[in-house]
Parts: sequence; C-alpha cells; structure tokens
Amino acid sequence: MLSIWKRGLLSNVSVIIDFFIGFFILVGSLFCLIATIGVIRLPDVYTRNHAASKAATLGVMSILLGTFLYFYALEGHFNSRLILGIVFLFMTSPISGHLINRAAYNSGVKLWDKSVRDDLKEYNKKVLEKSSVD
Amino acid sequence: MAFQILLNVVLAFLWMFIKVSYDPISFVKGYIFGLLVIFVLRRYFHSRFYLFRLWSFIKLIFIFIKELILSNVAIVKIVLKPTLDMRPAIFAMDTELTKDWQITLLSSLITLTPGTLVIDVSEDNKTLFIHAMNIGEVEAEINSIKNSFEKAILEVSR
Repeated sequence: MLSIWKRGLLSNVSVIIDFFIGFFILVGSLFCLIATIGVIRLPDVYTRNHAASKAATLGVMSILLGTFLYFYALEGHFNSRLILGIVFLFMTSPISGHLINRAAYNSGVKLWDKSVRDDLKEYNKKVLEKSSVD
Repeated sequence: MAFQILLNVVLAFLWMFIKVSYDPISFVKGYIFGLLVIFVLRRYFHSRFYLFRLWSFIKLIFIFIKELILSNVAIVKIVLKPTLDMRPAIFAMDTELTKDWQITLLSSLITLTPGTLVIDVSEDNKTLFIHAMNIGEVEAEINSIKNSFEKAILEVSR
C-alpha cells in the first residue's frame, strides 16, 4: 500500500488520510485545552469533574487515534499499543471520575450555591435514621 | 453465549480434522459451517443465538461513541459561554438492572453522557445518584437515559 501511495497513483486517498490525521490531532488538542479552561472556570468540584473526565478523555483519545493513523499510513507500521491505550482510557476514565466525585461527596465537599436539588442528602439521612433505630 | 462460541470453535476444529487441512482458511470455513449448524439448532439452547447478542453489543458501542461526542460538545458549550448560568443538581434514578456488571456498565455510560456524572449507588443496587450539570426536567432526563442505555443493556443481556 505504501509504495502505491508513494508513486502517487492514489494521491487522493493520501490527501484524505492526511486530512483526517490533522483533524484528529487538532480537535483532540482543542478538547484538552477546553477541558483545562473548564477546570479553571467552573465553580465547584463536581462541575469541574464533568469537564475533566469527559473532554479530556475524548481529547486524548482522538490524539491517540491521529497518532495511530499517522504511523499506519505514512510508515506502514500497525501499532496495536495505541489502540489498546484508547480502549484502556475509554474504560478507566469514567470510573476515576466517579470515584473522585464520590470521595468528594462523602468527605463533605459542598455543592455550588446555585445547585437546585440534592436527592442523595435525603437518602443518606434516611439510611442514618434507619441504622440508629436498629 | 460462551458455550455457543466454544461449540462453534470445536465444530471448526472438527471440520479441519475431517478435511485433513490445518490452515486458517479451513478454520474460517469450518467456523461458518458451524455457525449455520448452531443457527439451525438454536431452539435447543437456553440463551439466544449468539450473533444477535453480538449485534446488540456492537450497537451499544456505537451509542457509547455517539453520546461521548455529544457530551463533549455540550461541555464545550457550557465552558465557553460568557455567563455561568447552569443549574447543577443531584437527582435519584431507579434502575431495573440487577447484575453488578450491568450496573457498572450503565454508570460508566451515564458518566460519559451529556452533562451527567454518577456520584453514588445505593446499598440495595436499585438507585443511582447522578449529578447533572444543567438540569431541565428530571423526568425527561431519566426517561432519555432509560430509553437509550438501559434498553440497550437489557438487549445485550437478554
């Protein structure tokens, strides 16, 4: 495949691939930047965690995808570790976001003032009452 | 499902032994013939024919990717808005899922969807507590989660 591209027979395909590589890497770094701005700008732990655990995940994933495409298309090297990296990131980052949130809530970090409702507080109160009755 | 896949691999090996040719091509041929045999005999298994299940799993993965992209667009909109006028809240959602792996999958799906993040799961595994970035109608949010993800997960485990 590589030699065909080099001879320029399929130069259109090569241009499309180049476009996708650039697109993935640029969009990924943009998402990471916006995630960072979100972490600075948003008011409390929970909303910051939204930005950090979602935008950064997709950003790093698309940077990895762009890197994978680059090495595959231009060097002919299929790097399976990048694919594994994408899958591991996809599986672990929501869990870590959840754990940070849960730890913050259980150690009593307050929600933002403008928060509307809090069902978990009522639930925790109910559980506490029940255990004190028993 | 695992039993059906194992049976299919055994049938493929049987095909290779019958043909006395041990290359990947004949394995693939045997696998396809075995698939046909299992499809014909599907009423004797307890669970569904496993390709249906595989198909619903692939659909679930596509939902996952779509929601991930949508959630990022939503986050970008909130972060880059000049005024911070979102209304964060924690709401409870009852779930019909029972097994541990289903609840884990559901909560990581919810975490990667537009503006929702799971904070806690109740002791009896029946209620999820979700932090929403910008809450509109609680009922609407719950319904949208239920219709898309819970249905897809139930479809996989049926």
